[in-house]
Amino acid sequence: MNRRWWLPLILALLFLLSILLPHFGILNLYLQQVLMYVGINIILTISLNLVNGYMGEFSVGHAGFMAIGAYISSLLTVWVFPKSWGPFVFPLVLILGGLGAALAGLIVAFPSFKTRGDYLAIVTLAFNMIIKSVLENIEAIGGPRGFMGMSKLTNVAWVYVWVLITIFAIRNFVFSAYGRGILSIREDEVAAELVSVNTRQTKILAFVISSFFAGIAGGLFAHVLQFINPRSFTILKSTDVLVMVYLGGIGSIMGSILGASIYTILLELLRPLGVWRWVVGPLLLVILMVTRPRGIMGLREARWLLPAEEVQADAAVTS
Amino acid sequence: MFKKVALLLLVLVLVGAFVACAPPVPAEIKIGVNAELTGGIPVVGASCKNAAEMAVKEVNDAGGLEVGGRKYKVTLLIEDNEDKAESAAAAAQKLNTAGVLVHIGANASRNAIPASTVCEDAKLPMISPWSTNPKTTAGKKYVFRACFIDDFQGVVAAKFAINELKANTASVLYDVASEYNKGIAEIFKKTFEEAGKQVVAFETYTTGDKDFSAQLTKIRASGADVLFLPNYYSEVPLQVQQAHKLGYTDTIFGSDSWGNLELIDLCGADCEGLFFTTHYAPDIATPKAQKFIADYEAAYGKTPDDVAALTYDAFGLAFQAIQAAGKIDRQAVRDALASITKYEGVTGTMEFRGTGDPVKSAVIIQIKNGKFTYYTSAAP
Amino acid sequence: MRFIIQQTLNALQLGSVYALIALGYTMVYGILRMINFAHGDIFMVSTYLGFFVASFLLGWALHLPMAVIFVLTLLLAMFGTSLLAVFIERVAYKPLRQAPRISAVITALGVGLFLENFTLATIGPEPRILPQVVPVINFNIGGVAVSSIQILILAISALVMFILDTIVRRTMTGMAMRAISFDKTVVPLMGIPVDRIISITFALGSSMAAVGGVLYGIAYMMDPYMGIRIGWWAFISAVVGGIGNIRGAMIGGYILGFVEIFVAAFLPSTYRDFVAFALLLLLLVFKPTGILGMPVVEQKV
Repeated sequence: MNRRWWLPLILALLFLLSILLPHFGILNLYLQQVLMYVGINIILTISLNLVNGYMGEFSVGHAGFMAIGAYISSLLTVWVFPKSWGPFVFPLVLILGGLGAALAGLIVAFPSFKTRGDYLAIVTLAFNMIIKSVLENIEAIGGPRGFMGMSKLTNVAWVYVWVLITIFAIRNFVFSAYGRGILSIREDEVAAELVSVNTRQTKILAFVISSFFAGIAGGLFAHVLQFINPRSFTILKSTDVLVMVYLGGIGSIMGSILGASIYTILLELLRPLGVWRWVVGPLLLVILMVTRPRGIMGLREARWLLPAEEVQADAAVTS
Repeated sequence: MFKKVALLLLVLVLVGAFVACAPPVPAEIKIGVNAELTGGIPVVGASCKNAAEMAVKEVNDAGGLEVGGRKYKVTLLIEDNEDKAESAAAAAQKLNTAGVLVHIGANASRNAIPASTVCEDAKLPMISPWSTNPKTTAGKKYVFRACFIDDFQGVVAAKFAINELKANTASVLYDVASEYNKGIAEIFKKTFEEAGKQVVAFETYTTGDKDFSAQLTKIRASGADVLFLPNYYSEVPLQVQQAHKLGYTDTIFGSDSWGNLELIDLCGADCEGLFFTTHYAPDIATPKAQKFIADYEAAYGKTPDDVAALTYDAFGLAFQAIQAAGKIDRQAVRDALASITKYEGVTGTMEFRGTGDPVKSAVIIQIKNGKFTYYTSAAP
Repeated sequence: MRFIIQQTLNALQLGSVYALIALGYTMVYGILRMINFAHGDIFMVSTYLGFFVASFLLGWALHLPMAVIFVLTLLLAMFGTSLLAVFIERVAYKPLRQAPRISAVITALGVGLFLENFTLATIGPEPRILPQVVPVINFNIGGVAVSSIQILILAISALVMFILDTIVRRTMTGMAMRAISFDKTVVPLMGIPVDRIISITFALGSSMAAVGGVLYGIAYMMDPYMGIRIGWWAFISAVVGGIGNIRGAMIGGYILGFVEIFVAAFLPSTYRDFVAFALLLLLLVFKPTGILGMPVVEQKV
């Protein structure tokens, strides 16, 4: 039906709110901060979902790509562009950070997809550790002391815009002819190959896109904190993102949005528990995974994210 | 469909619960603590929390803090920052919006720096007990610390090695992934070499390592006169013991991060006779420090470490500044903090001279008969 | 030369611990095709168990000989850790056996986080050492330092690994384990109790980790987060050896021990992690299934 017109309207309204609420102080700084984390985590989760969910591979080094985006964008805003240009060049800087991460993704992907199985996991794990080690060894960018001097360029509105871009880009990619090739790889790689999907090329492309958005998230992250150090991008950060992907459900953008939001907000809400927060949080995660092994959404998608013909097909199946 | 609605409700409830956390108007003095309760250095967080609770309890037991002729109860808000930069920033922001008057923490510089940015933007006075990285306070008006910075301690250690230990060659083993250790190690090397001496082995490891045998074998082979270990007390015993197992017999010394009696429990006889630089010596402590140590032991059953002592001093500084300001106002407290000319703390006498870094002296401790004993002092 | 012999000893000691823990990863992977990310933390728990058992036995002043206390500590820690691992498998992994196998990996991550932080919240963050159940004697053989603990670690590790290898290769249970890892659908039809074999696998893997844990507690120190780093390195050991292959995990453990020690010994130690992981990548490019790994056949799980 005509469900197509109200979606942009709601999204535009939310955009306005994301500017107005902070501007008039209705949303306090803490809530803004948490909302930005939620948004950044959504970007990370959706982009990792492309590789781990839609494609069915197992990448565990997402924080490495995030680190590249964070460092490149920070170096650009601090060293290359004058401070006053900050707000204007911010999108460009983020994209350059994302491209850097994408390039790293290409380098990692190239040898990784020769074989199947869990070897991508090892390669990405090693990549994550190598990135951290390299950053610690480059004295010019602060080494383990970290890098600072960025202005607070990230705000709720920017995060919101990038979340939308990520959703839009990944959704359209997944439902494109190319993207359906990805789904076919997950379901049956041999069969996919037989129907002339170039599996290796498709996998590499998906991995590069995923890395790009991880880099964007890194850039946003760096400009919220105005400080980055190699420790922020360890394997622990990567496993955080993994948890959000599978908590929400693989192969579902809505799942990633929910997974990232619930995980981030729940951990903030549990703050009063102090030391016990990280006892209760993981326990909830285990209980949830045991009762809903496919995550919250589990391969299903919210209707508003599906292309029209899918919705009809879906309706035909369920009715 | 039902499930979708239920999910949507769940998210809405979560968000709602979140917004509902908005702070009520305070009727008392709120002080926030941003500490590493979980994550990589939980010992630091635990000490910080203990000392904070003790400092506040003392004030409240005495009827509250007297400001401008009125007594206020002090309420303590403690947030865990998980030893993560982003969590430290969120915790600082949460404390800020909860209306704290002073923000104490975070401890490790990697968390204190993002927290300091938040506090600076919010014009919220912040005192980090333990962050030794110069960047934490550099160029900021509202950020202070209770400890000395890396540079000072590295210089003290190098001078000690040259003048007291009569070393001509030195070796260093430090955690390359930790800014504190790295900072001191590098300043030490620079100062030592500027004096015409030689650092013959400059070895590193990464946080979490427990086996240092490769590096220590190299250090032993280098034939250095002394070994400098500017590392945390939780790692030092392993390093000392492994060095001894590998046949290293020369002097070993370290920095203020050794300052926890657990070091001796963990290390046993291996640490006997070793030296380290720190803020205060328990055996020649001022009455105030002695009372602090006794109270802390009574309350928590263990001796306070440097983090506990520095957190206690951060609170002392905050209380003194609030009283000097004479009103419950962040700007007034900040101004009062910046103009503190003399604060008698547990960890020595402090003074702020225009920056957020206190001027204070260091002492050198020797471990003798299982006790930390005063050896000598070093002026700033 | 002395330097190299010394470093070789260092590497053997570290490699033994990695090998013992890598076994648990590889056995579970072999049978369930699942990376048990909680294994490093199970290792941590075993060290604490060893700590409590040893303190208890010493504290009771039963005047048992040191050797008896040591063996009891080892056995009780192995037993307790096995119980824990089997319990975790039953509660957290078994319900997920039909689900996508990655779900179980995430559950394992959750279990690991839970174990770390539960230990932190209840026992406290302070590092601890195992009470001295083995006398420390330092020998100096031609300038090479050897300690009694080092000899003990090498000997015990070799012994238990030999026992495990025998169990897997020579007993019916071991045969059943290998059969399940070969084909999970047909084996139950042959009357092999899959659930019990899986439990035994978890028990065996975690008791190997417990041996590693107690030895580690004697040689090093324990803290609630110690399982993270060692867990990752042991996991990589299992991969280098060819995940799923038991002898491969042993070899992988020693290789990682050697890489870690020798990179730090001959290059600036700052680059250790970088070089170690770059070598790992290089190995995987040329031998993607690890040293003793089977070529991966197209398989659906």
